[in-house]
Amino acid sequence: MTSRSVSSWGNVTRAEHALYRLRSRFDRFPQVPPGSTVLPYGNGRSYGDSCLNTGGALLETRSLDRFIRFDRDSGLLACEAGVLLADILRFAVPCGWFLPVVPGTAYVTVGGALANDVHGKNHHRAGTFGRHVHRLELLRSSGERRVCSLEESPQWFCATVGGLGLTGAITWAEIQLRRVPGPALDVETVRFANLDEFFALCDDSDREFEYTVSWIDCLARGPRLGRGLLQRANHIESPSRGRPAGRRLSVPFVSPVSLVNAATLRVFNTLHYRLRRTARARGVADFQSFFFPLDRLRHWNRLYGPRGFYQYQCVLPGAGGPDATARLLETVARSGLGSFLAVLKRFGSLASPGMLSFPRAGVTLALDFPNKGPFLERLFHELDEVVSAAGGRLYPAKDGRMPGALFRSGYPQWTQFAPYIDPACSSNFWRRVTEGA
Amino acid sequence: MSGTLVIGATSAIAEATARRLAERGDPLYLVARDGERLAAIAADLAMRGSPRVGSERLDANDLAAHEGMLDRAERFLGGLDTVLIAYGTLSDQRACEDSVALTLRELHTNALSVVALLTQIANRLAGRGAGTIAVISSVAGDRGRRANYVYGSAKALVSTFLSGLRQRLSRHGVAVVTLKPGFVDTPMTAALEKGWMWATPERVAAGIVRAIDRRAGVAYLPAFWRPIMLVIRLIPERIFRTLEL
Ligand SMILES: Cc1cc2nc3c(=O)[nH]c(=O)nc-3n(C[C@H](O)[C@H](O)[C@H](O)COP(=O)(O)OP(=O)(O)OC[C@H]3O[C@@H](n4cnc5c(N)ncnc54)[C@H](O)[C@@H]3O)c2cc1C
Ligand SMILES: NC(=O)c1ccc[n+]([C@@H]2O[C@H](COP(=O)([O-])OP(=O)(O)OC[C@H]3O[C@@H](n4cnc5c(N)ncnc54)[C@H](OP(=O)(O)O)[C@@H]3O)[C@@H](O)[C@H]2O)c1
Repeated sequence: MTSRSVSSWGNVTRAEHALYRLRSRFDRFPQVPPGSTVLPYGNGRSYGDSCLNTGGALLETRSLDRFIRFDRDSGLLACEAGVLLADILRFAVPCGWFLPVVPGTAYVTVGGALANDVHGKNHHRAGTFGRHVHRLELLRSSGERRVCSLEESPQWFCATVGGLGLTGAITWAEIQLRRVPGPALDVETVRFANLDEFFALCDDSDREFEYTVSWIDCLARGPRLGRGLLQRANHIESPSRGRPAGRRLSVPFVSPVSLVNAATLRVFNTLHYRLRRTARARGVADFQSFFFPLDRLRHWNRLYGPRGFYQYQCVLPGAGGPDATARLLETVARSGLGSFLAVLKRFGSLASPGMLSFPRAGVTLALDFPNKGPFLERLFHELDEVVSAAGGRLYPAKDGRMPGALFRSGYPQWTQFAPYIDPACSSNFWRRVTEGA
Repeated sequence: MSGTLVIGATSAIAEATARRLAERGDPLYLVARDGERLAAIAADLAMRGSPRVGSERLDANDLAAHEGMLDRAERFLGGLDTVLIAYGTLSDQRACEDSVALTLRELHTNALSVVALLTQIANRLAGRGAGTIAVISSVAGDRGRRANYVYGSAKALVSTFLSGLRQRLSRHGVAVVTLKPGFVDTPMTAALEKGWMWATPERVAAGIVRAIDRRAGVAYLPAFWRPIMLVIRLIPERIFRTLEL
């Protein structure tokens, strides 16, 4: 056991943690000192504090990185929980298989993808990651090992998928991959002038395309509110590999000030929208550049400077979703705080397996903000009110500040979930959102 | 296609090295004492691209078992070509100071058993007139320090043995590669605080594969350890004696 200062992707909180490590799926759960707690840690790609446990310990799982089995006919893959999605793709794509669901970065572990029950651009077709996991093994601090699935120990399965690492350590999982004709996608980019156009486009797009996602110009207001670009794509067979992914670049150190500010944003957003001369463009893209454009720039989070940044991702359910989305965008545009990455997508109605899974049918909006302290918190309060009034909720994987009451109203199942928490496990996030409840 | 025999295949550095070899399609024969993890690693390496992976259990201190293991490895791989010896234990220096038995056991694991293996492997490869023997020694073998001189002297024995073996085998077309990692973040060093001088097993593995491919003599891993160890070896005893290194 050693200790080290650890932060999450948003770099807002940095704290000393005792570190334990699992080196294989056969290892025992480490003994933490009485009174202390431990939290499984994947690749640290969660933005806020759900992967941190200040004052306690982290259980590193990245060394659980072995493939176990792969059936080339059925596509069922078994692997240890610290394997990165990037490693699975490197292995599977050449044999004609692909992950059923991928988030916006491939540098997450299988355990992390499960513990947040992540979603991708195909949520309207495939639902969440957890839907494609047949079985997993949960290692508890008592030493007990439990293989869980929807048939065996279903309650444990539903608590652990989306369970934020609190039910114990996932040691391995079985994932059902899906066939693809090759590494390329046919991608169409469509410009929309406002939110109404966006929602009109969604119906067609979701029907015809497996993947859909939109980028919004957060600074546009009035009649242009919600203008942006929609990308929609399908896997295709392609003779060439599409555009090769190219070399990975890296941000070598934390910039002394945030390079993401009002001035750079306005230029970026206007150019990004305008440079698309035509209302529609079509092309072939490699899966890396379509799914993981930000992975090309390692440590891009350092661009936000030493104070770090927040992401705000909500889902707004039901018929009120479009109106609430407009209200959120108005509030952000009015604040002038902007957002470099504003991503909008409509979730489908496939149920998420986890008790605390984030996705549900509705509109999801994700916004990034450099950490401006109290200014920003004031804006977040206003956004919270809109989300709360719409019966929506925020995504724990992205969160480092939501009020406990908003979490508890958004996730009423949290009380059913609580008994499954491992007595040795806790996290900054969990202590924060359950405090005083 | 040349195959590699890895002795101590459950070591983090060995596993990272074997992944690189598997990904480029080398057949592998893996030897380690923990059968459960050995089987898991063998399955993983086969999925990562090794066309043929064999494995067997061996405690390196069981000298009588070496010959049979080498026979089986040779048969599986169709002749020995590249051999990587990777196992070792980071001796508890304080405990060794109070125990003759423990000190001798550490020297047996880290030095004598390696010498026993090398003696047989050398003759097999010399007979074929080709091949590469790579052994993980350590920078700790370059000079004895109070913090770990039992471990360090075992590695010094291995390094010196390899130096002589390299001379002897060079005229038989066999390369002998001495690998000297610095600080590597592995289970062996789990209890130590890490700093900027620490390397990942993956980085060291990349250096090992490069050294094997180039049939290098002595490789410091990462390379910055070469000048550091040069300086450390040059410090006069009179001064070295008093240093808090
Ligand atoms: C650029 C970028 C884009 C993203 N895009 C998306 C997206 O499109 N959709 C989406 O859903 N998410 C997205 N995310 C969020 C990311 O997918 C999740 O935060 C994911 O859980 C991170 O995985 P990780 O391996 O880094 O885990 P960590 O961040 O280290 O941990 C996440 C959680 O998993 C738990 N955990 C980790 N390993 C285990 C284990 N073995 N057993 C039990 N619990 C474990 C931890 O305790 C913690 O609660 C994105 C993140 C980034 C940085
Ligand atoms: N880590 C460093 O900082 C560092 C620096 C310089 C050199 N080295 C050297 O690098 C090599 C690999 O070590 P590592 O860092 O990868 O550590 P590691 O992961 O702990 O590997 C050590 C391996 O040696 C095996 N082993 C120990 N005694 C054995 C025996 N009697 N018979 C068979 N196998 C035995 C262990 O087997 P089990 O798994 O069954 O215990 C383990 O697989 C060692 O020679 C070490 O001395 C390491």
